[in-house]
Amino acid sequence: MNIINIEHIAKIYEVGSEQVHALRDVSLRINKNEYVAIMGPSGSGKSTLMNMLGCLDTPTSGKYEFTNANVSEMTDNELAKIRNKEIGFVFQTFNLLARSDALHNVELPLIYAGVPSAERRERAEAALIDVGLKDRMHHKPNELSGGQRQRVAIARALVTKPSIILADEPTGNLDSKTGEEIMILFNEIYEKGNTIILVTHEEYIAEHAARIIRLKDGLIESDETVKNRFIPKPKTVVV
Amino acid sequence: MNTFFFEIKEGMLIALRAIRSNKIRAILTMLGIVIGITSVVLMTTAIKGIDNAFQKGISALGSDVLYISKWPWFGNRDWWKIRNRRNITMADFERFKELAKLPIAVAPVVNSIRSAKYKDRSVDNVIMTGSDADYVNTTNFTFDMGRFFSETESKSSRNVVVLGSNIAKNLFPRRDGLNKTIKIGNENFKVIGILTEQGSIILGAFNPDNQLYVPIGTVFKYFMSRWSSSITLNVRAASPAMVPATKDEAEGIMRKIRGLSYNEEDDFAINQQEALQQSYDSVVGVIQIAGLFITGLSLFVGAIGIMNIMFVSVRERTKEIGLRKAIGAKRRTILGQFLLESSVICLMGGLVGLILAVILSMIVNQFLPTSVQYSAVILAIMISLMTGIIAGFAPAYTAAKMDPVEALRYE
Repeated sequence: MNIINIEHIAKIYEVGSEQVHALRDVSLRINKNEYVAIMGPSGSGKSTLMNMLGCLDTPTSGKYEFTNANVSEMTDNELAKIRNKEIGFVFQTFNLLARSDALHNVELPLIYAGVPSAERRERAEAALIDVGLKDRMHHKPNELSGGQRQRVAIARALVTKPSIILADEPTGNLDSKTGEEIMILFNEIYEKGNTIILVTHEEYIAEHAARIIRLKDGLIESDETVKNRFIPKPKTVVV
Repeated sequence: MNTFFFEIKEGMLIALRAIRSNKIRAILTMLGIVIGITSVVLMTTAIKGIDNAFQKGISALGSDVLYISKWPWFGNRDWWKIRNRRNITMADFERFKELAKLPIAVAPVVNSIRSAKYKDRSVDNVIMTGSDADYVNTTNFTFDMGRFFSETESKSSRNVVVLGSNIAKNLFPRRDGLNKTIKIGNENFKVIGILTEQGSIILGAFNPDNQLYVPIGTVFKYFMSRWSSSITLNVRAASPAMVPATKDEAEGIMRKIRGLSYNEEDDFAINQQEALQQSYDSVVGVIQIAGLFITGLSLFVGAIGIMNIMFVSVRERTKEIGLRKAIGAKRRTILGQFLLESSVICLMGGLVGLILAVILSMIVNQFLPTSVQYSAVILAIMISLMTGIIAGFAPAYTAAKMDPVEALRYE
């Protein structure tokens, strides 16, 4: 099933009197249960494409259909709704609410979805158990390790059962061992039937994906299926 | 509607969480509102209290009584000229009484400052009012004990005295003053009546509670010269509605008695409570406006404090706002969240201020009359809520319209 359908989108920023063509002409389809890595050097339009895919921004021209809804013509509120229901964000810097415990952080998108508090709690607890944080639900971010924080963020992304998980350099702030653990978790999530879009500039991270899209100067340079995908195996007990 | 309440409830929880996570800052910001609300409520309370006291006091003067005197109560511009007016004499009073048809009572009045003594207790510098038996009919006096002096006592200038309630309290703490003999100056007076409480603190020495009443002839006999003192005529109209007619008649009679020709100015003044009311209104009106303005200013400063801190808070939480937007918060959700936050701070400050004001007004009440109004309570709550919404709006709006991409990138 086709989740994302992008046709000839371009994004132009006005910086002072100059126009910056962040994306020139990008067409792209992503189906359900794909594991896609988007790669590219800085300035390649990678971030812009990610913002576009995450419905945080709309294209200057072209068409963006998300599960057949035309995102390019949506209002702010409609975009907010799509982000809430269909997209789970995982950021490089985790972006957790510092003064709230793990459980409340995971509940947050459900609050905006209007889920009543009892159900919210139940679902957030289940999501935290799924990422292996059963015993850390009432810990605040500063009481958690980097890997645990990212797990909370992943639980927050999963809790609304979104159509895609959009991860922007999810291992960028982690040491390689912890990063590997996070990639194991992503693999599990993928194998459960979720769709993951991974934005990274690290080749060895991108190799975890089943498909790699490389961007350069606002255009797609290559888009290929990975033949021998690197499937990470849990070496130690997941913390 | 359901989603509305849901959003309010969740917004409230988020706001409380934010306030709790920055307690010191919230409390300091609240302080501005506390001070503002306390001063506004105290001010309205004090104004209302003074007003009540004044109304009570002025009603003791009677709205239907004219006070004809050499001196006008207000606007003594030509002081020297007025000073040189002929005195109003007892003879003037006799003729006035003879000619006036409309008043229901006319009494001559002189005042003098005296001290009174009973055994080792004394009251100093109180107003001694000398008048005749009709005086009581120009007032609304009620008696705790005894009676006012009779016509016979008045005509024959007996040494009898009626005590105002405060004086009676001071001289006779055991309330056994009736028929006792007190000394005024060096003369003995028999207490024949004690008034119940009449006026209020606002009238000061003019409060009937702080006065002594003796027959006017007795005053002239011992304390003042009949010939060199000017008396006041207290003239009571049949009803408040009859006051203008009674005043017109009184003016005509006075001019006639004083032999003034048509082109001469009145050489007397007809005073009435209304003038006191007007002058009170103009003075207190200014005090009210100035007071509310100044206290309002302190509330305004508090509001600026709130606005300032909300701007800081929005700036500080830019990244959080970005995240909230990314995971689905709508503009109005963010707007509501920050508005609720500032409203809650203001409301809490308002409630604390209100409690403080009530406590303070109880303390102040020991010295000055105050009265906490329910309207002031409601007003204070409304004002603090409004302050929160108004002061919070600009920062909240800034937060609501942030671009999620920019906000997330903010460091």
